[in-house]
Amino acid sequence: MSAIPPRSLVVVSAGLSQPSTTRLLADRLSVAVDQHLRDAGIEPHLEVIELRDHAQDLTNHLLTGFPSPRLKAAIDAVLAADGLIAVTPIFSASYSGLFKLFFDLVERDGLAGKPVLIAATGGTVRHSLALEHALRPLFAYLNAAVVATGVYAATEDWGGGGAADGGLVQRIDRAARELSASMAARESSAPTDPFADPVPFDQLFRPS
Amino acid sequence: MQFGIFSIGDVTTDPTTGRAPSEAERIQAMVTIALKAEEVGLDVFATGEHHNPPFVPSSPTTMLGFIAARTERLILSTATTLITTNDPVKIAEDYAMLQHLAGGRVDLMLGRGNTGPVYPWFGQDIRNGIPLAYENYALLHRLWREDVVDWEGKYRTPLTGFTSTPRPLDGVPPFVWHGSIRSPEIAEQAAHYGDGFFHNNIFWPKEHVQRMVELYRRRFEYYGHGPADQAIVGLGGQVFMRTNSQDAVREFRPYFDHAPVYGGGPSLEEYMAQTPLTVGSPQQVIDRTLSFREIVGDYQRQLFLLDHAGLPLETVLEQLDVLGELVVPVLRREFAANRPANVPEAPLHPRVQAAQAARAAKTVAG
Repeated sequence: MSAIPPRSLVVVSAGLSQPSTTRLLADRLSVAVDQHLRDAGIEPHLEVIELRDHAQDLTNHLLTGFPSPRLKAAIDAVLAADGLIAVTPIFSASYSGLFKLFFDLVERDGLAGKPVLIAATGGTVRHSLALEHALRPLFAYLNAAVVATGVYAATEDWGGGGAADGGLVQRIDRAARELSASMAARESSAPTDPFADPVPFDQLFRPS
Repeated sequence: MQFGIFSIGDVTTDPTTGRAPSEAERIQAMVTIALKAEEVGLDVFATGEHHNPPFVPSSPTTMLGFIAARTERLILSTATTLITTNDPVKIAEDYAMLQHLAGGRVDLMLGRGNTGPVYPWFGQDIRNGIPLAYENYALLHRLWREDVVDWEGKYRTPLTGFTSTPRPLDGVPPFVWHGSIRSPEIAEQAAHYGDGFFHNNIFWPKEHVQRMVELYRRRFEYYGHGPADQAIVGLGGQVFMRTNSQDAVREFRPYFDHAPVYGGGPSLEEYMAQTPLTVGSPQQVIDRTLSFREIVGDYQRQLFLLDHAGLPLETVLEQLDVLGELVVPVLRREFAANRPANVPEAPLHPRVQAAQAARAAKTVAG
């Protein structure tokens, strides 16, 4: 048994078809992160969230203001995660609407300081910078600690002898190493609970 | 335990007829509903406060004063009074005046309001919602308890040697409930002052309601106002009833499907499973409401929302008949039956208490 506490790794995949290329990339990334964590003596606890399974509930949450029990469990998993892999297909030069909807419904400070690996799939390499001009600013706004390497996989990457310099396999490995290092460096911490530990009133308000 | 109704005062098109009431009709309907509430034996009528269409009740004490003049027993309240955008001096004056006119049958529920543009119309900013709720209430609390107030804060001009008039009736300030759906800071505020806490749970799953009320009760005890089970708790609820539950579902479904707050989202069945909304027979409403006690403990006030989603006035009045005849008498009996003796009633003005005691004595004697 390891002395180092286990780390939870959550994967959010916004792929639509089953199986999807997005999920395929998500799985490659999670296997690589899992391996790097184990190499560092850390026991990972992996959870995969397929946003397609929550599509109706996400719309309902947007309209009613509260999540269904199943969606709440998914959001809570992301909030409690020690590391997050977020993967989306690129639609119309950006993340998909489903992907954005999910992160719109995670509370504002929920990702602050959390190590995040961003990744995307698309039909052509010409959309690869969507990672940098769409995903990275979104997670920067959420104050997440996004690792330096984002992984974009175009259709042609899957036939491209990925172990070569700059190939997909190598990019996956580099990003996975960065995320696992970032997770290992950060203390495992559960999100604070404002109901369990309320801020006392005299700290909230002091009459002048 | 008190039972009553609360109204948002929305002007909503009836989706089954395509007809919306005029403002004049809606205002009169709210009054009719309040008078009917007293007639069928309910305890409380609470009006919302809104300063934007499609809502009519911008001036709650005008409406409540009118209702006070035409009722004998009904407690007049709000759901909610905007503690953020109203000047606390004006709240102190208006509700003390209402208290005098209504013989003490007045309390109020404070809330922040969640419509961004309303704040600047009243010189405020929604981003200061919580600090405004704290500072304004701190002033309101003093204005009702101290005859002469010197005061300085961030959000209004200072006061030196100010006396809010009229003074509260017999020197007893109106009881205050703090309403919040999702802010633990407001539960903390209610607990700090030892005031009531109302969770308008109509749109929320029970796990959330439970956490909010549990926090309030725990902190009420922490601040030395008494044991947690003696804190003063109110809940909302929304119901639609017909003798046969299938008839209730059939009749209410188009209203649910087109209502501004539900439409396009979950199905009626999903929504009923996840929130207190109960559409069915009177017995189903009784069972569901009794189950609230398992979520929050024995509580003091239950308010139902009946007049929403464009339901016509006649239908709302029918609902009030059912509530008064078949539902509330059973709820009173059942809630009283298992209620520990140390759980208090919601505070009432001494004059109202005396009047209630006199009525009870008369009933026994008669």
